[in-house]
Amino acid sequence: MNKIKSLDDLRQLREGMQAKIKLRESGDNAENIVRIKVAMSTCGIASGAKEIMTYLMDELEQHSIEAVVSQTGCMGYCFAEPTIEVTLPGKDPIVFGDVDKYRAAEIIEKYIIHNELVDGILPANYRTIDN
Amino acid sequence: MADYKMHLLVCGGTGCKASESEQIRDNLLAEVENHDLTDEVQVVMTGCFGFCEKGPIVKVLPDNTFYVQVKPEDAVTIVEEHLVKGRQVNHLLYRDPENDKPVSDSKHMDFYKKQVRIALRNCGFINPENIDEYIARDGYAALAKCLSEQTPQEVIDEIKRSGQRGRGGGGFPTGLKWEITSKSVADQKYVVCNADEGDPGAFMDRSILEGDPHSVIEAMAICGYCTGSSKGLVYIRAEYPLAIQRLKTAITQAREYGLLGEKIFGTPFCFDITLRYGAGAFVCGEETALIHSMEGLRGEPTFKPPFPSESGYLGKPTTVNNVETLASIPVIINKGAGFFSSIGTEKSKGTKVFALAGKINNVGLIEVPMGTTLREVIFDIGGGIKGGKKFKAVQTGGPSGGCLTNSFLDTPIDYDNLISAGSMMGSGGMIVMDEDDCMVSIAKFYLEFTLDESCGKCTPCRIGNKRLFEMLDKITKGLGNEEDLTRLRTLCKVIKDTSLCGLGQTSPNPILSTLDNFFDEYLAHVRDHKCPAGQCKSLVKYTINNDKCTGCTLCFRNCPVGAITGEKRSPHYIDNSICIKCGVCYDKCKFDAVSVS
Amino acid sequence: MDMINLTIDNRPVSVERGTSVLQAASQIGINIPSLCYMKLEDLNIENKPGGCRVCVVEVEGRRNLAPACCTDVSEGMVVKTHSMRAIHARRTVVELILSDHPTDCLKCAKAGNCDLQSLAQYLGIREIHYEGEQSTFREDTSPAIIRELDKCIRCRRCEMMCNEVQSVGALSAINRGFNAVVSPAFEMNLDHSVCTYCGQCVAVCPTGALTEVDNTGAVIRALSNPDKTVIVQTAPAVRAALGEEFGNEPGTLVTGKLAAALRRLGFNYVFDTDFAADLTILEEGTELLNRLTAYLGGDKEVKLPMLTSCCPAWVKFFEHQFPELKDIPSSARSPQQMFGSIAKSYFADKIGVNRKDLVVVSIMPCVAKKYECSREEFSVNGNPDVDFALTTRELAHLINLANIDFKSLPDEDFDQPLGESTGAGVIFGTTGGVIEAAIRTAYEVFTGKKLERLDFTELRGMEGLRRATIDFDGLPIHIGIAHGLGNARKLLEDIQQGKSQFHAIEIMSCPGGCIGGGGQPYHHGDAEILKKRQMAIYREDAGKPIRKSHENPYITKLYEEFLGSPMSEKAHHLLHTEYFDRSKSER
Repeated sequence: MNKIKSLDDLRQLREGMQAKIKLRESGDNAENIVRIKVAMSTCGIASGAKEIMTYLMDELEQHSIEAVVSQTGCMGYCFAEPTIEVTLPGKDPIVFGDVDKYRAAEIIEKYIIHNELVDGILPANYRTIDN
Repeated sequence: MADYKMHLLVCGGTGCKASESEQIRDNLLAEVENHDLTDEVQVVMTGCFGFCEKGPIVKVLPDNTFYVQVKPEDAVTIVEEHLVKGRQVNHLLYRDPENDKPVSDSKHMDFYKKQVRIALRNCGFINPENIDEYIARDGYAALAKCLSEQTPQEVIDEIKRSGQRGRGGGGFPTGLKWEITSKSVADQKYVVCNADEGDPGAFMDRSILEGDPHSVIEAMAICGYCTGSSKGLVYIRAEYPLAIQRLKTAITQAREYGLLGEKIFGTPFCFDITLRYGAGAFVCGEETALIHSMEGLRGEPTFKPPFPSESGYLGKPTTVNNVETLASIPVIINKGAGFFSSIGTEKSKGTKVFALAGKINNVGLIEVPMGTTLREVIFDIGGGIKGGKKFKAVQTGGPSGGCLTNSFLDTPIDYDNLISAGSMMGSGGMIVMDEDDCMVSIAKFYLEFTLDESCGKCTPCRIGNKRLFEMLDKITKGLGNEEDLTRLRTLCKVIKDTSLCGLGQTSPNPILSTLDNFFDEYLAHVRDHKCPAGQCKSLVKYTINNDKCTGCTLCFRNCPVGAITGEKRSPHYIDNSICIKCGVCYDKCKFDAVSVS
Repeated sequence: MDMINLTIDNRPVSVERGTSVLQAASQIGINIPSLCYMKLEDLNIENKPGGCRVCVVEVEGRRNLAPACCTDVSEGMVVKTHSMRAIHARRTVVELILSDHPTDCLKCAKAGNCDLQSLAQYLGIREIHYEGEQSTFREDTSPAIIRELDKCIRCRRCEMMCNEVQSVGALSAINRGFNAVVSPAFEMNLDHSVCTYCGQCVAVCPTGALTEVDNTGAVIRALSNPDKTVIVQTAPAVRAALGEEFGNEPGTLVTGKLAAALRRLGFNYVFDTDFAADLTILEEGTELLNRLTAYLGGDKEVKLPMLTSCCPAWVKFFEHQFPELKDIPSSARSPQQMFGSIAKSYFADKIGVNRKDLVVVSIMPCVAKKYECSREEFSVNGNPDVDFALTTRELAHLINLANIDFKSLPDEDFDQPLGESTGAGVIFGTTGGVIEAAIRTAYEVFTGKKLERLDFTELRGMEGLRRATIDFDGLPIHIGIAHGLGNARKLLEDIQQGKSQFHAIEIMSCPGGCIGGGGQPYHHGDAEILKKRQMAIYREDAGKPIRKSHENPYITKLYEEFLGSPMSEKAHHLLHTEYFDRSKSER
């Protein structure tokens, strides 16, 4: 890994990273890329988030759905762990709570493949300071 | 196969369900079917929107229309008007309380601006184990800006202007704290991150460290630059393995990028961070106790002054900051003091993270601007009380805070308001109680905690709290008298007045605030020997109603201590001298024959 | 000088910056009660954990009451020490302490000498408003110290003494909350710890939580047994402090009354440990000269500096903490043990009593002496050289029990032959004394010249670490002196690192030496008392006709009749010992 030696280095890296993330969003086959974030803080992991993450990756591969599954920190919905956030291309992110394997399958089957919502969506109730 | 063009989201939270939201869903489904829209419109039950005050809620996607206080009969209108004709149903729209104008898009509603995430900005957004994602979100830009464009004093001035106060509970102005350390002369200074989160039910620091460890690392480096410290220490409890692991990963990544170590950003500034593990003693959250613990001494506080900013770790000037305080620092630098100070109240700027717990629907982590009212936090964001019960009190500030009642619900939350209301900000625990909670027992519960967690160094905290606990115990057993209430209050005041550290100075708060706000409940315990909430077992009496008892013997067979006697098919009897008030008979009886008094 | 002006109880006062409110108040005659706070002036010993909260006062503009002991004065400060609020809080705090304290004052070892008792009396506590459960702990008895932690008030003075002053580290606070207490690690017994029995914890304990093992009963039994010949020796520091127990001013010498009292108690012979101190000088002094001569003769193996070995707590300290240095201290036994050994051989033969029927009692300013006489190497076939060691305080109890009006006693002399001593033997009782006594003899033996000047003031004082160079007729001898084991540790670390320049070092465990011993009348935190005792010791020395150990005629006679010469084989057998590595052992 190269050391960041100056502000310019950091800017370059940041822009590179942002571009990379953008690429992920609007790349060649952007239409098919689904992004899933699994909340993996202590509460999430204790409620089974790790298993869900593995399960999601396996299932998505089996369905040949191109998707990026990544971990993230606590979203704050501790009453509904494990929680996952699914962003379909061109759509707003949707957070699903209390995701067990059954519900994970349902989410893939209904929401990701058929764009049908499933019960138990968690309405986003915060603003984060964005750029 | 359906390809839905529209979604109707119906709130399935407890509050809304109690207001017939299930019926609304059924009616909507029926109407959608009536209009032959089943292939195009999907009706979904969701989790609580948190906006229970205006429930039941129906939201229409993709246009984000937000209908409030919907009744089952409104289903027809919504479908006919909105879905078929494409016109919003005006009278169901949320109205802005300021100007009474209807707001259609939920994104423009104040309610959804109630939570503003600064400290938690990246939690649940980035992968905490990937430094690149943090950098993509402006990570380390604040550090770079400080090092390359500003003098330490300029940065300190910026922090001072932002009005940021310590989020660990004390509320000491952060900029001032840094300034004192920066002005202390020493060959070595230290930056300490206090990650010894000890309040029961509080986990904001853990979540930040788990979800966004780099924000803390970056802030510590900035603090190091400002104060002239080259060494940072994170004091973290060993019970936080995931936070420790993520922090370690983050530190390694930062070192690889040269963001920690020698000559950061090509400047002469050097800074590195090591971890120190705490064994989870509550009192080690107190900064002097924390420092002693890091030095390998017994974790107990010493008298201040000297403050750690002058003489701290190994006798060197040390800045001790809480995790949440640090996590906000890069934002202040990047967005400017003005941005931060535009949020909040006159004396408390920015946002505060709270951990909502207790009898509340949306148990979880929230971040709101200072000045948000308790009502907004509990009812709007927290989704109200579980099971549709009545709100009784909210305990803020952890075990050393106070219980606030209905009358404080509209008080804007900030450091000073909470203190004048008889509680405190603390680190941000918020525990909600409903009508079933006995306030004497609650006070006793908190006292038991402080009693266990006291270091035992000073007399008032070590013995005084024990005596308080004993008095409360006596009262909950129905053995107290009115004189005890006076003695309780007197002793509480002396303990607050004479204790060595914040732990003892605040430990009587739960008692004092419940005495102030729920004196009737205390009186009921000592005068009538009754527990109005029915929680104090010693004061509860189980009896069997002769008229209702069928003599089924179910209670007799389940009683663990053999307190119930009676022949088959004739009324049974509970011997209260044997009964341990476990309530099994009450739960088991199929004929409602057991009553509690 | 940077002066600060403030007001205490409406009275203006001007004090130096850095003064505490407590000290500032006392300067204008306002006595704020305190309990855990303790300061020994000149010895650099201060205990101010700010834990008891008895000294709380009201400071204008502060939210909470402030502990006067650890609140420094500031300009314009307005302090009220006896406002309603302060008095109420102070009394409540004391009531709380009393609510967790056994009420067996009438039969407590500390009755009448207890700081808590005095405080309750001072504040006029007549009722405890907050009764409740009391914390209880297992009683711990060791060879020298009894710990009765039910009486502990967590003032932490003992802990400060053990760790900061003595650097022993046997005691520390353990447990949390109501059950927090000061104890060896893992609540072990003291005799399983690194405790040296120096007794400084006992000396500063404000209550009866730490006391010495009481041997008065055993001594009374021996005295009333007609088959036993009971003899007594009394250490130099005792005569400079015992009077305090009977209302004498600190620093009053009661040597004659002490001998009279012991005789009236029924001891068959009343002897003086000072005699054995003179003997120690001959043995230890000779050893030093032997080592020096060997060193000057080019012997690289010789162990220098030589360290004194009279203090049993010090001996136990290096056995635990510096076992690799155990060849460095002099092999000479302490005066107490030399006395016992000579008494049960030379003297027993002289009066024709079987050693089994001879009981040797010692009166010591020390708690560790109880442990020392129980060490196995100081006994013959299970019969100890010294049977019982009593502290100065225990002797006072014994005198009272025997209905002796101490103050009206006539002055009497010690018996012979083991009661004759020189001024050199007397000064063993204070820090710097042993080495001064040794120099008086070593100089004359080494140079063959007569000393012109006997008062080596450069070796005297209360500094924790002192150094001096004595001219041995052209040969500079470098002397180090340490009292308090923490100071001793510094010298030992220098030796470990090969940095020590000294030829001889005197070490005493207790601050001030034996005059500040753990068995002396309680000083209640007043270091002036120690200084007065020290002055008394030097007064006694100055008044002695003989002031050099080798000039003691009875010592000369002892060598002629019995021992031969210093360091002879017999002397070696009876008067020297060896040390053990206790770094891994339990006691």
